[in-house]
Amino acid sequence: MLLSIVLIPAVLGILAFFVASPSLRRATLLIGSSGHAAAVVINAVHQAPVAPGAWIGLDAPGLLFLEIASILFAAVAIYTTGYLGRESGHVVSDAEEGFTIANRPEVRFIGCLLLFLATMSLVCISRDLGLMWVAVEATTLVSAPLINFHGHHRSLEATWKYLLICSVGIAMALLGNFFLAYAGHGQVHLNLDDLLSVAPDLDPLWLKTAFLMLLVGYGTKMGLAPMHTWLPDAHSEAPSMVSTLLSGALLNCAFLGILRANSILNAAGSGRFSSELLVFFGLLSMAIAAVFIIGQADYKRMLAYSSIEHMGILALGVGLGGLAGTGAMLHAVCHSLTKGMLFLCAGQLLHVYGTKTAADVRHALHAAPRTALLWLAGFLAITGSPPFGLFISELAILKGALENGRWAVAAGYLTALAIIFIAMARVVLPMVFGAPPLPAATSGAAPRAREPRWFVIPATGLGLGVVGLGLYIPATVWDFLARAAVLAGGR
Amino acid sequence: MAAWTDIFVLGLVLSNFRLLASSRLTVMIETMVLQAFALTAILLTLADRPWPLRLIVLSLVTLAVKGALLPWLLRRTMRAADVRREIEPFIGYNVSILAGIAILGLGFLIVQPLKATVVPGSASLLPGALFTTLTGLLIIVSRRKALAQVVGYLAMENGIYAFGAALVVKEPMLVEMGVLLDVFVAVFVMGITIYQINREFDHIDTDRLSELKD
Repeated sequence: MLLSIVLIPAVLGILAFFVASPSLRRATLLIGSSGHAAAVVINAVHQAPVAPGAWIGLDAPGLLFLEIASILFAAVAIYTTGYLGRESGHVVSDAEEGFTIANRPEVRFIGCLLLFLATMSLVCISRDLGLMWVAVEATTLVSAPLINFHGHHRSLEATWKYLLICSVGIAMALLGNFFLAYAGHGQVHLNLDDLLSVAPDLDPLWLKTAFLMLLVGYGTKMGLAPMHTWLPDAHSEAPSMVSTLLSGALLNCAFLGILRANSILNAAGSGRFSSELLVFFGLLSMAIAAVFIIGQADYKRMLAYSSIEHMGILALGVGLGGLAGTGAMLHAVCHSLTKGMLFLCAGQLLHVYGTKTAADVRHALHAAPRTALLWLAGFLAITGSPPFGLFISELAILKGALENGRWAVAAGYLTALAIIFIAMARVVLPMVFGAPPLPAATSGAAPRAREPRWFVIPATGLGLGVVGLGLYIPATVWDFLARAAVLAGGR
Repeated sequence: MAAWTDIFVLGLVLSNFRLLASSRLTVMIETMVLQAFALTAILLTLADRPWPLRLIVLSLVTLAVKGALLPWLLRRTMRAADVRREIEPFIGYNVSILAGIAILGLGFLIVQPLKATVVPGSASLLPGALFTTLTGLLIIVSRRKALAQVVGYLAMENGIYAFGAALVVKEPMLVEMGVLLDVFVAVFVMGITIYQINREFDHIDTDRLSELKD
């Protein structure tokens, strides 16, 4: 049953609010994660065709994003159980400024984490655009307490910006939904299949206005420039596993909203309008991300801007269509896995060094060798170096651009990628290899930080996934990605 | 019924000017109650009679959420954060009203090309709804107090709701209810955040939340 994908985490999330024992409560995370993963697999294997007019249904793009969310949540669940064990029971001080902080109740954190998964899953399986809107707004509301977990002044500021900017943005998307209904002269339901079947009869002017509104609305949530301003703050102030979910799963869900609108415009014959807009916002996001990554002092903010860059690449790929569309789907998977790994590493580095300033993190290879190696691998992967999956997907998008004869777009794309590679290398490489700030430690061997298994295992697992996708993509997987790209409106 | 719709849209438009002109938060919250009544009336006058049961239920829920629950939440937050008025907005009240007039005119111009294709309804509905939405946006960007920004968000949501009023009979009720629920929870969560901001900083001036930047 398809609804179980939403119900399992939702019910467990609500239950978690009433569980008194901390260890049992943390176990609900693992149960929720494995239950969700099992439900996704069962529904993927017995995939029923989407019934016309149904509220929920599973198609290729929805399934793809659902799988990404499930994998990331599994990594986050393992990490969180260990993390909460470390944070609870004693006084915690702020990593950045050193004052003591009172974390928000763990009950609320675990409950909201599971509800977050439930709402994101609902976004992925909605066939009704109204329901989808309700679910996207719900993701904002249940994730706000997650960002505010530490409850100090910086996290409050980030939470407020997140709440207000995303709520206003999403309100624009609601307006877009109503405009879609206007385009059907008020006679069509906002059901995706209904809209696709009558698309040629929709009023083109209202339809284009609706797409603009949906692009701005969901684009705010997705972090497309220039609507991205909440993103670096929220990603840098949230606990690392929350950043992982925000960046790897939530942004994709918002992207799905844009893809649904894009497919309707394609079916209506206005595909050129929507794809040109996607290409434009894609390139703009990459350019702005590049500007802010240059000279970025805070490594968590650097990762946040890198997310903006990769969301731009996704929009660009889908806008170009064809091979680039398939590449964009692969890119979504690889970006989520890599970014998950990087944010987990960033959390670990923050714990070891007690600072988010990249210049103060030196010689990590010695202080925390596993973290440093994963961090380095993550950097190589996220900048699109072989043999990681992002190399393949970025190459596919480049080829797609060249096949369409879009030389200027390809040139802009490559320039941005090159700038970001150099800028990130200047931040990351000294963190890993740089000499320790003080003359070599007196005894010769500084104490090594503990690198707990609950961090190493999920981060390594995500990393291996990206390497695997870079080395070998089975034909069935590629076909699945191509199908997702076609349904997402890539021409 | 179109004449009645026009009258209520006019009420909505006038309430926006009240919103733009007032510095006291209680007045702003009161205006939200007025807007809730105007919206419900627009919802009912746009539909053909006899009104279907679901429309009556929906308008009652709209009135309850937008007219009673949300103002109650806002007042509670106002007491908890101990703020009474917006002292120095970024854009002064007189300029706000002038901007409002300009936006209203702009609204009539913008909907001109779209008018011909619109769903049957009232001619003033689209510009009125657009004006309400943009007024909300103006309040959000021009006020310092977090609570005033939440009121702006609600006004914006009201404007969007008015856009949907013409379609409400066709759309499944689940969606409308979901929208109302989301707005309610949004204001609830924002209220909690405002309370925490007030406790942490002793003020809710959002322009002083400016530590995170590049």
